[in-house]
Amino acid sequence: MAEPVLLAEGLVREFGKTTKTRVLHGVSLRIEAGEFSALMGPSGSGKSTLLCLLGLLDQPTSGTITLAGRRTEGLDDVELTRYRGRTLGFVFQFHHLLPGFSALENVLIPAWAERGRVDAALRRRANELLERVGLGNRANNRASDLSGGEAQRVAIARALVNAPPLVLADEPTGNLDTQTADGVFSLLRDVCRDQGTTFLIVTHDPRLAARCDRIVRLVDGRIVGDLRRGDDVPPGTFGEVSSA
Amino acid sequence: MPFAWFIALRYLREGRMQTLLILGAVSLGVGVLVFLTALMAGLQANLLDKTLGSQAHIRVLPPEEEARRVAPEEADGRTITRTEKPSQHPQSILGWQPVLADVLQVPGVVAASAIASGSAFVVRGATTKPVSLRGIEPSGYDAIVPLSTKLREGRYSLVGTEALIGVQLAKDLGLGVGDRLRAVTAGNTGEVYTVSGVFDLGSKDVNERVVFVPLRSAQTLFDLGAGVSSLEVKVEEAFLAEDISVRLAARTGLVAESWTVTNPQLLVALQSQSGSTRIIQFFITLTVALGIASVLIVSVVQKSREIGVMRAVGAQASRVLSVFLIQGGLVGFGGAVLGSALGAGMARLFVTLFRDSDGAPMFPIALTPELFAGPIALATLVGIAAAVAPARRAARLDPAEVIRYG
Repeated sequence: MAEPVLLAEGLVREFGKTTKTRVLHGVSLRIEAGEFSALMGPSGSGKSTLLCLLGLLDQPTSGTITLAGRRTEGLDDVELTRYRGRTLGFVFQFHHLLPGFSALENVLIPAWAERGRVDAALRRRANELLERVGLGNRANNRASDLSGGEAQRVAIARALVNAPPLVLADEPTGNLDTQTADGVFSLLRDVCRDQGTTFLIVTHDPRLAARCDRIVRLVDGRIVGDLRRGDDVPPGTFGEVSSA
Repeated sequence: MPFAWFIALRYLREGRMQTLLILGAVSLGVGVLVFLTALMAGLQANLLDKTLGSQAHIRVLPPEEEARRVAPEEADGRTITRTEKPSQHPQSILGWQPVLADVLQVPGVVAASAIASGSAFVVRGATTKPVSLRGIEPSGYDAIVPLSTKLREGRYSLVGTEALIGVQLAKDLGLGVGDRLRAVTAGNTGEVYTVSGVFDLGSKDVNERVVFVPLRSAQTLFDLGAGVSSLEVKVEEAFLAEDISVRLAARTGLVAESWTVTNPQLLVALQSQSGSTRIIQFFITLTVALGIASVLIVSVVQKSREIGVMRAVGAQASRVLSVFLIQGGLVGFGGAVLGSALGAGMARLFVTLFRDSDGAPMFPIALTPELFAGPIALATLVGIAAAVAPARRAARLDPAEVIRYG
């Protein structure tokens, strides 16, 4: 079996100093290259906490994370930041573009922040990515002038600029109307198919989860279900498959 | 463009109102700083010039003879011993030429000249006036007290028995250029001088009491032979006169007196003025720093989500730190440049508005490059320093918050 993009083992995360609240109770997760997975769970299930750990934005109380072949425990903030920039793309629920910056500048931010400078090749890549998400003509518009759907497409281009092996998306369509959400979701699927980028998408929308290849369910800080398309699953779990 | 510079510039442009306000505050502060510094420098230079315009920075005098014990006297069976200073026989520096050459070698000394002086009476008809008669070498002395520029009448010439007198004495005695006057010393020697020029050294006392005559003539009049009574010294930096006088005394073995010793009240006045100026400068600087810091703190709070996003997508904490330090430095620098222009304008306005009764500026304000370079460098550094706390706060923001709290 090929090496997984992400391997989390026994992740525990506790908060609080005197009264410890355990939010994750030993979560283990293996994500293969090219997978398009959904992480589902009700509010308070620990989705965001898990996403922070997998995104190297937070450190587990115990457990290990191996990302793109490298164990991440013991790395300091500088190394974690560098590794995060190179190996991970983020798509947030509220696109979180820098409002005063143009679409192109926003796409450049992760590469720019990492290298310090922008060269012509990088600028070309950012423009290509904007073309790819269908916003080639909006490159010089300020982020604050873009519609919700456009902004989220720019955010996707931003997540891809460093060509990371794994993109983490936190409710990427949570703030969009149904039709726009479908468009954005299709874009993510297309990128996964065309470029082999691995996606882990946090959502509580079963309709969207049904369009993924795999659904991981988290309840009360534990993984309670992990289903793949093609497994013996209840009808309707993976929308198109079961309706076919 | 480097990432941190790009973000910093964009944030300054984005926060238009805040940026303008803080630039205004910095430029006002720096403007006042520049104006105040220029004003005080002008005022002090003027005060020093008025006081020291007619006197040397340092006088080198012959050593005082030690008090000696007078032979004991017997009276009523008791012995009375007395010590007394030597009689007031005029002391002189003999062989002063090598001493003068020596004095000129001391660092900080720009000019030195020999003086033979003493008390005398000037007699004209029935009027007698006590004066201080100063024998000088005209060219050498002019480098110490610019007499040649202070002449109201006549020319700057001391040849044979020519004399220069002050405007007040000329008025009191009804003397003009070409008139004669007779000087008599306590030793009852005398000389008749011809007035070659009338000076105004800006002090009534000096204008009334001082008569300049040729060195040779004064030496004869006061029975000094080839000696002189003092060497007068001008130094580059008036405030270093005391230090230099100590060195001069050590080097020549003579007594050296600086103007700070002979005019202690002036020194105290100048020092306390400098002190209060410095206190005002300090508080202006502090106010500017607090202004910059508070605006940047607000900016950090406003931008905390954006900073979190940048951190999440790979911006190092050090880059975030730089973004805010650069903003502080730029605001300090930009404000200081504007403030320098403002300060220069205020100084110009002051010179135009406040004039002496005769229409001349009260005192000169010199707008030198150093006057601006200092505050600009200071404000830039203060801007960076003031940004340290906000920048650290920004750099410490937890990127995980972006996901936890949206």
